[in-house]
Amino acid sequence: MDMAVQKSFTQDVTEAAAAKAVKIAARDVNVHYGDKHALKHVTVDVPDKGVMAFIGPSGCGKSTFLRCINRMNDTIPGCRVSGKIEIDKADIYDPSLDVVQLRARVGMVFQKPNPFPKSVFENVAYGPRIHGLANSKAELEQVVVTSLRRAGLFEEVKDRLADPGTGLSGGQQQRLCIARAIAVDPEVILMDEPCSALDPIATAKIEELMSELTERYTIVIVTHSMQQAARVSQRTAFFHLGNLVEEGPTEVIFNNPKEQRTQDYITGRFG
Amino acid sequence: MSEHIVKSFDQELLLLDKKIAQMGGLAERLLAQAFDSLERRDPKLGESVVASDRAIDQLERELQEQTILMIARRQPVANDLRHIMTVLKIAGDLERTGDLAKNIAKRALAVSGENHPKSLMTGLKHMTELALRQLKDVLDAYAERDADKALGVWRHDEQIDAMYNSLFRELLTYMMEDPRNIGLCTHLLFGAKNIERIGDHTTNIAENVYYLVHGTTLADDRPKSDDTSSTLIRRE
Repeated sequence: MDMAVQKSFTQDVTEAAAAKAVKIAARDVNVHYGDKHALKHVTVDVPDKGVMAFIGPSGCGKSTFLRCINRMNDTIPGCRVSGKIEIDKADIYDPSLDVVQLRARVGMVFQKPNPFPKSVFENVAYGPRIHGLANSKAELEQVVVTSLRRAGLFEEVKDRLADPGTGLSGGQQQRLCIARAIAVDPEVILMDEPCSALDPIATAKIEELMSELTERYTIVIVTHSMQQAARVSQRTAFFHLGNLVEEGPTEVIFNNPKEQRTQDYITGRFG
Repeated sequence: MSEHIVKSFDQELLLLDKKIAQMGGLAERLLAQAFDSLERRDPKLGESVVASDRAIDQLERELQEQTILMIARRQPVANDLRHIMTVLKIAGDLERTGDLAKNIAKRALAVSGENHPKSLMTGLKHMTELALRQLKDVLDAYAERDADKALGVWRHDEQIDAMYNSLFRELLTYMMEDPRNIGLCTHLLFGAKNIERIGDHTTNIAENVYYLVHGTTLADDRPKSDDTSSTLIRRE
């Protein structure tokens, strides 16, 4: 009798992910900071409407790569980016492209909550206003309320909309920043360690929010918490020393990675 | 495999393997002694088997506690998680193996006064020897993380099944020849069944070793030839 190796659950997952449309396509992306080659020949696809996690030790290039996706690296002196990154098949490094428009389409949430020193309302209203996304005061209010609702914050702040955003708790501030990011109706949200300054409860709320947001948005998250990557993402990419070592369905990366370096890192064996 | 940054994690994993080796050694000894007590009609040896099964049970409880604690504390992933889960499952299979051996020893006590037909004992002896070899091989495969060896054990179980089939028929024939044999033969039949079950636990362990090494599972269509559940011998 022949011995058959069972088609594993993880294979099914891979096939399902492969069927998903590609939102962001990076091809041979290199980043130099002066002489330092920080990101080396990275080629990866980020599927549409899901969470993709980038993991790796400090200095591995994951945040550098994340910042390429909305051209935040343009603001760093001495930084050169080469290669190609496309969102919906359009080159985001095209010289004719309006970077301000790009950053409205690709929102960003940072490690430390950074609300503007303005009211809760103004924090969220700012983006839609400068982008001219609301035609009337009523419409603007609607956008603010919807964004706060989607960020899971509205019920907690509905009576404090005029209070300063900086007066909220850390977790609320981070959700306010997410509300601010989604107020301009982006397609992609980049999150650079969004929970590292938060307590476990606030972290759980952000993670819950992320899974809700995937109905509308593509989320790319950089995290140092491996458990968080395993919990929230469908795909995971492991970076090391500027290289993309391995990328695949999160289940595969955390159950049975192909590369020894990935296995050593996620199991805590990196020397 | 390189070491963990947290050294105490490595110590804990080593301790798990040490206890599995202990349990495995005990299970082998219990099975061998259980058969000896049956063959030599030695109720004293049988009693000692029954008593030392408790040591296996105790080890299983310890492993259960330790693995659960490690999962809570370390949140293991990838090969570490497979390692810990495999230990938990192997401990379960070895504990069952100990129980089955104990059951054979109990039967030795029950039939110690009876006269055993030699050919029946020879068949049972061969089954025991093969089961012991399989158990030893699978424990080696685990210790060496040798998936091919585990696969060999997995495929070999068919032989135990075949022996069980022929012994089953033989025992039925004895019973039909003389109803006075029924008491003894029934005990021997259960003894043989227990060894056949031990073979199945051994293949479970082999599957777990394969999973531990490769991260993929073996399909559940292992070559099986235990057809006693549909066997009947009619008097001509």
